[in-house]
Amino acid sequence: MTSPDTRRPFPTHILVFFIPAAAVYTVFMVYPLLDSVRLSFFAESGNSEAFAGLRNYATLLANPLWAPRFWGALRNNFLFFAVHMLVQNPVALLLAALLAAGGRARAVYRTLIFMPTVLSVVIIGFIWQLILNPLWGIAEGMLKAVRLGFLFQPWLGQQSTALATLSLISVWQFVGIPMILFYTALIGIPEELSEAARVDGATGWDIFWRVKFPLLLPTVGVVTILTFVGNFNAFDLIFTIKGGLAGPEFASDIMGTLFYRTFFGFQLQLGNPTMGATVATAMFLIILSGVLLYMFLWQRRVTTYEF
Amino acid sequence: MLSSHLRQRMGGLIPHVILLAYILLALFPIFLIVINSFKARKAIFGMPYQLPGSETFSLIGYETVFSRASFQQYFVNSLVVTVVSLATILFIGAMAAFALSEYRFPGNALMGLYLSFGIMIPIRLGTVSILRLMVGLGLVNTLGALILVYIAQGLPLTIFILTQFMRQVPHELKEAARIDGASEYRIFWLVLPLVRPALGAIGIFTMIPIWNDLWFPLILAPSDKTATVTLGVQQFLGQFVSDWNAVLASLTLAMIPILVLYIIFSRQMMRSITAGAVK
Amino acid sequence: MRHKPYLGLFLAIALALAACGGGAATTAAPQPTEAPVALTIESWRNDDLTIWQDTIIPAFEKHYPNIHVVFAPTAPADYNAALNTKLTGGTAGDLITCRPFDASLALFNQGHLATLNDLPGLDNFGDVAKSAWITDDGQSVFCVPMASVIHGFFYNADAFEKLGLKEPATLDEFYAVLEAIKKDGTYSPLGMGTADQWEAATMGFQNIGPNYWKGEEGRQALIKGTGKFTDAPYVATFAELAKWKPYMPAGFEAVKYPDAQSLFTLGKAAIYPTGSWEISLFNSQAAFKMGVFPPPVGKAGDTCYISDHTDIALGMNTKTQHPEEARKFLEWMTTAEFAELYSNALPGFFTLANHKITLKDPIANEFLSWRGTCQSTIRNSYQILSRGEPNLENELWRLSAGVINGTITPEQAGQEAQAGLEKWYKPTP
Repeated sequence: MTSPDTRRPFPTHILVFFIPAAAVYTVFMVYPLLDSVRLSFFAESGNSEAFAGLRNYATLLANPLWAPRFWGALRNNFLFFAVHMLVQNPVALLLAALLAAGGRARAVYRTLIFMPTVLSVVIIGFIWQLILNPLWGIAEGMLKAVRLGFLFQPWLGQQSTALATLSLISVWQFVGIPMILFYTALIGIPEELSEAARVDGATGWDIFWRVKFPLLLPTVGVVTILTFVGNFNAFDLIFTIKGGLAGPEFASDIMGTLFYRTFFGFQLQLGNPTMGATVATAMFLIILSGVLLYMFLWQRRVTTYEF
Repeated sequence: MLSSHLRQRMGGLIPHVILLAYILLALFPIFLIVINSFKARKAIFGMPYQLPGSETFSLIGYETVFSRASFQQYFVNSLVVTVVSLATILFIGAMAAFALSEYRFPGNALMGLYLSFGIMIPIRLGTVSILRLMVGLGLVNTLGALILVYIAQGLPLTIFILTQFMRQVPHELKEAARIDGASEYRIFWLVLPLVRPALGAIGIFTMIPIWNDLWFPLILAPSDKTATVTLGVQQFLGQFVSDWNAVLASLTLAMIPILVLYIIFSRQMMRSITAGAVK
Repeated sequence: MRHKPYLGLFLAIALALAACGGGAATTAAPQPTEAPVALTIESWRNDDLTIWQDTIIPAFEKHYPNIHVVFAPTAPADYNAALNTKLTGGTAGDLITCRPFDASLALFNQGHLATLNDLPGLDNFGDVAKSAWITDDGQSVFCVPMASVIHGFFYNADAFEKLGLKEPATLDEFYAVLEAIKKDGTYSPLGMGTADQWEAATMGFQNIGPNYWKGEEGRQALIKGTGKFTDAPYVATFAELAKWKPYMPAGFEAVKYPDAQSLFTLGKAAIYPTGSWEISLFNSQAAFKMGVFPPPVGKAGDTCYISDHTDIALGMNTKTQHPEEARKFLEWMTTAEFAELYSNALPGFFTLANHKITLKDPIANEFLSWRGTCQSTIRNSYQILSRGEPNLENELWRLSAGVINGTITPEQAGQEAQAGLEKWYKPTP
């Protein structure tokens, strides 16, 4: 990158470019977060807070009351993430590849496939609970129609299947986003490369995996890290369907619902702002680790091609 | 044996089959929502999958929505908040991304990291601080409070992604402009259309959480004058009794503006690509 | 081509919108009572919006035409969080609907709710009524009690008639009825799910439990520490809940509250364990005759106990701009006029005042009659026992649901409830 700065007068333009974004961001996001982190070092005593050092973190990680919830939520979050990585992103890639192949109907298809992402979580929760409902849901009927009726279970209500079911609903909702990212990247790949490969005798499958996919690796990285961050911040869908207690038996509890329940309380349970701030800071650190891992292991190693 | 011509035809058909199958999966639930919004309550739970027939057709949901709640106002509020936030995010985010991708200066990497931090922060953490801030600034129960929060929320991801895309813009273009005596601002203005696909993509998935957000309208601007559509729908959810007709009707209506916005953004995204601007 | 004008334009738009939204945080001295005043009520009862707007508020405004009251509920799931945030930020309404016991006590201790000791009309409420909204030392009342709800079992009277069944009075009769309905196959014996968890605790555990732990006797024992969840009455309650499983509808683990309501009102389930709050909804939706019966007792002739739970009250925000007008509203709430209006507009929510009122709804009257024939108690997890972590009420939710689901044994449930309580609760003898 060329740098015309050092020999010219003070580069005010750089400041001008930065200041609006940096200002809003600092005041309305960074400052409240720092305030939250500060809060995590305090504990309630009487009506105010007293400095407690790292005690809240010790409680969260080791106290027999808090630790199972924390580690359980963390484990569930990783499972949630795994389902998205294994289902959402490959499906998104497939759909993007099919769409990128061109054709007039593709624009319509694209819009239609994207529609679930546009919906409010209230609707998604309502409609999927209706479909999977053991009393009047269609899921059982459809399975029966293909002689698989015995497979039907009240998936949302069972400890073993609740989280996976919720993850799949979330995948259904969000597949549009990685699809768009893959699609944008795919259509940025010049036709000449595919043409050259085809001339050399490569099949469509070969072209995709040997020519296009390697060029997609930066996008795969972006999609992965966005999925990671999105999943570890997730809250709305599970809260809408399962409420703050994220049952059954905390089977669907993830970091987001743990935070909400801790910070704001639930039913008779009063909110605990300091422990809530601790959970929030823990979430932040976990996500930060993921992002740093991405930046140092992936981004450094993957070359971005410019066309 | 199938002729290669036929095989090619079938090969061309398979992508369509897959896409259509997925579209069915994507749209079926939405179809259910729309048809059930036109049915009487009993029919929703009694026969959820049937189209509204002559006995079950009912506009009660829509009537409730328009008579009991000021839905027109909510729509306008949601639109204003979403559009203004989005426009600002894209603009000032692009500026910051441009500076990050273009100029080498001490602290560039640090600044990039700082601005991208926000991606990891669940903004709800700072709710109490944000509320106190808004009270101090006198912005409670104004759309401005929502706009500022959403801008802060949307900037990190925007800057993160745009920085990547802007790095791919060819240097020759910028150098040529500089040699011609263009100011840095002019160059920014030149670069902006070149990343339109990215702007389109970011626009799409930044606007959705803003449109569908319940939390901040609830906390910062719950008054009837400033309520958004998503907040407005909540009033139909009760402790023991939910007015599902009204909920379905209002959410069906709420889908429309955001679909329109999506279509606009994806067109934007597509137009510049097909014009070959990037290549 | 300068970009600054555009930037300026955007900022201008944002600021303009900020300004025209109308700031709400201006401070002013309390208004003189003659000028028109608007009061806002915070509540979780979205369900009651129409009643307040059409019936209750107009009645009040007839007495005080210069005071305009706005009932502004929040969705129940969001209420606690939203209210606490608004109170901290200073944007909450003038009158606050109070949840019973500790949730509101905490608000009072934090200085958000005003003391109401000198409110005229408070002597219309007995000690039990005030117990949910009074400090531990009994010195300060901070909310005016509005209503209690009574728990029991709704049943499809037409279905019972068709199957030749009578209202069960004892446990044996209860299970005989359930068996008969199950054998017949037309109806699901019980209309209930465990997906939302609270039904299992509130309409299961707290409904049938008082018969086992003898109402107030058991509840006070728990508070004093002489009773434990591992004792026979509590394990027996869990055990009885576990016996419900075969009579639950198919896939009940994923059946949520609105599903169960629909199951009953569509005539697909015969018996619906619930509370009196359902009267309005069922009246409007069920196309069949309904009846109610109290929780069956162990042996014929045993004393029966019902959960008559102090559920809802109204308090005053200490930071209100209109304390005088707010107090006028609270005072009106202590009158017989309000008691009669409220209890009739919302059958199933029974006034906690001592006024004698006549209820028009027959089912509401029947619920109310149980106050005379049975001993009343409140849900045993609400007073004092849910102050710490783990929260007893939340624990009972998941344990009750687990017992019905069959994932926890009754003994385990009792043990976990007691262990959780002992983690923080030190009874004062």
